[in-house]
Amino acid sequence: METYTVVILLLAATIRVATPLVLAALAGLFSERSGVIDLGLEGKMLGAAFASASVAAVTGSAWLGLAAGVGASCALALIIAVACVTYRGNQVVAAMAVNIMVAGLGPALALAWFNLGGQTPQLEGAHQRFPELVWPWAAAARRHPVPGLAYAELLSGHSLIVYFAAALVPAAAWVLYRTRFGLRLRAVGENPLAVDTAGISVAGLRYQATLISGVLCGVAGTYLALAASAGFVRDMTAGKGYLALAALIFGKWRPYPTLGACLLFAFTDAVASRLQGVALPLVGVVPVQLILALPYVLTVLLLAGFVGEAVAPRAIGVPYAKER
Amino acid sequence: MSAARRLPRWAEYTLLPALNLTVALLLSGVVVRVMGESPWAALKLMVAGAVGTQDAIGYTLFYATDFVFTGLAVAVAFHAGLFNIGGEGQAYVGGLGVGLVGLAAGAWPAWVAVPLGIFAGAVFGAAWAFIPAWLQAKRGSHIVITTIMFNFIASALMTYLLVNVLIKPGQQSPESREFGAHAWMPPMHELLARVGIPFAPSPFNLASGLAVAAGLGVWALLWRTQWGYALRVVGRNPAAAVYAGINPARITLGAMLLSGALAGCLGVNELMGSQHRLLLDFPEGAGFVGIAVALMGRNHPLGIVLAAILFGALYQGGSQISFDLPRINRDLVVVIQGLVILFCGALENLFRAPLAAGLARLRRTGGS
Repeated sequence: METYTVVILLLAATIRVATPLVLAALAGLFSERSGVIDLGLEGKMLGAAFASASVAAVTGSAWLGLAAGVGASCALALIIAVACVTYRGNQVVAAMAVNIMVAGLGPALALAWFNLGGQTPQLEGAHQRFPELVWPWAAAARRHPVPGLAYAELLSGHSLIVYFAAALVPAAAWVLYRTRFGLRLRAVGENPLAVDTAGISVAGLRYQATLISGVLCGVAGTYLALAASAGFVRDMTAGKGYLALAALIFGKWRPYPTLGACLLFAFTDAVASRLQGVALPLVGVVPVQLILALPYVLTVLLLAGFVGEAVAPRAIGVPYAKER
Repeated sequence: MSAARRLPRWAEYTLLPALNLTVALLLSGVVVRVMGESPWAALKLMVAGAVGTQDAIGYTLFYATDFVFTGLAVAVAFHAGLFNIGGEGQAYVGGLGVGLVGLAAGAWPAWVAVPLGIFAGAVFGAAWAFIPAWLQAKRGSHIVITTIMFNFIASALMTYLLVNVLIKPGQQSPESREFGAHAWMPPMHELLARVGIPFAPSPFNLASGLAVAAGLGVWALLWRTQWGYALRVVGRNPAAAVYAGINPARITLGAMLLSGALAGCLGVNELMGSQHRLLLDFPEGAGFVGIAVALMGRNHPLGIVLAAILFGALYQGGSQISFDLPRINRDLVVVIQGLVILFCGALENLFRAPLAAGLARLRRTGGS
């Protein structure tokens, strides 16, 4: 019984941690499948977290916050698209520029506007956040833990964005593999010349893909600020954008394996936070810093390719120059 | 097509970076305006804070020294076609090497302690760069992501060591005890006083000389040796390098080790030169400033030194500005840094074509 409760709570935590990773990884999926490296996930998420928290704090509306988050993230995506697609700049440099700029801009504007040392105000109003939805009879179900607790913790009790992220995975797979847009998107990431020859705009497709990435990163960042916590704090993404990118690579740029990788990262994170301060047999208490570093170490191990080779979209990172 | 867009060399290295930098700074002014302050007032305060007094100049050059090390680190990797974003972590771990020597120094004479500290910083920094480099060379892991991960891991590792191992007993804040006095880098104002030039006290120290020497060394290595040539060939065209009998994997490893060693020298300036103890998060983002500095300096040591001085001034001016304008702090410098990377790096083609066309027209009208 004890174990059952622990497992259910671990899985519930996994779902919560996985949500921004899944959203960001799917964002990266669209961008990278079109041939644009998406290292800017981190910056776009952070920008969205700041914008959504600021607007929610000022207007009192979580939905306006979401709109602002998506808007900010799309604006950043557009900067990257202009630099990488139109001006054929280095995609990694463009993304790092956005990441660094946002890392400074968020706290700088927060300090100037709210004067709280680089944070946004704590969101306490009823409509300022995306609350956890409680499904019918969830409270009653807890009285019969098997399977009631699973129902109450796993199916019920998450914010709207969590369900959105869950629905997005099959949706992304459908768009990518079953629609004309998806076919063209995959083609432009593998062989832009062929797409161009067929009379389809390479730049147009890549702009669309980066904007989709902007929208999804916007939702991910909003989740961090308005659902997982209550406001913006400095560096609150803490590398989640890079972890999502690693999950995308580990998932070989496919929706379902990517979801699996995100869940693996999230589960590790959930287990690690549970181990905090617990004395394990043989090793004793694990230092908290090791626990914090675990997702990053896991990323390095996964990327080291000890789990099979990942083949990137062939044209990734290569700006496309139309012959004149 | 590309011939028409070719810029004359002098414009490529002066006019274009100046134009890109100007746009980045103008946009920073817009950000200051959005923050509710006057950009003009901010600029005046910043200039006064950075170069207005002797000790301000000392601080500016002190920060610039940090950025020369990290900028060179990024540039060396760049020439080999690698984007090393791990300068921050390599500098942090390099600081551990510097710190261990400083703590062990005790009564060692300075001529032993100081070179050993520099050596240890370089070796520790290089070691931290080695794993991502090896994974890139042998397993094809994306070096950008692995170096970013190693920044996070370095941060966790150093926090653990400082909180649990190296902390001075009976003290709350996670700092080591002070280094032995022989492991201190001599401050410049003392050296200048010895030759009869008075200069206000500041953390500006002899590590700046090391930074200039490192710049010269990198220049000689990249443009005057066979290994440097091989490194640049790998960066330009790995396939051609293989045909020429160059082993790209070995070059990757070598370039990253050198890059990490350069970043690791940051601790020589920050710790042996100024703090005289090991403390939490001492690189303070200097590793990332290195990216902006390298891009602005066109990855050339001379350009890097100039760009580093500019960023040193921004850093020093940026910390002074917060006293007078409480709504602005050093985060603004991070924004400027991002904008500089954007315009000098990713958007470098933005003005190239119009500038080339304009210059070509000028020359035509001038000739006829």
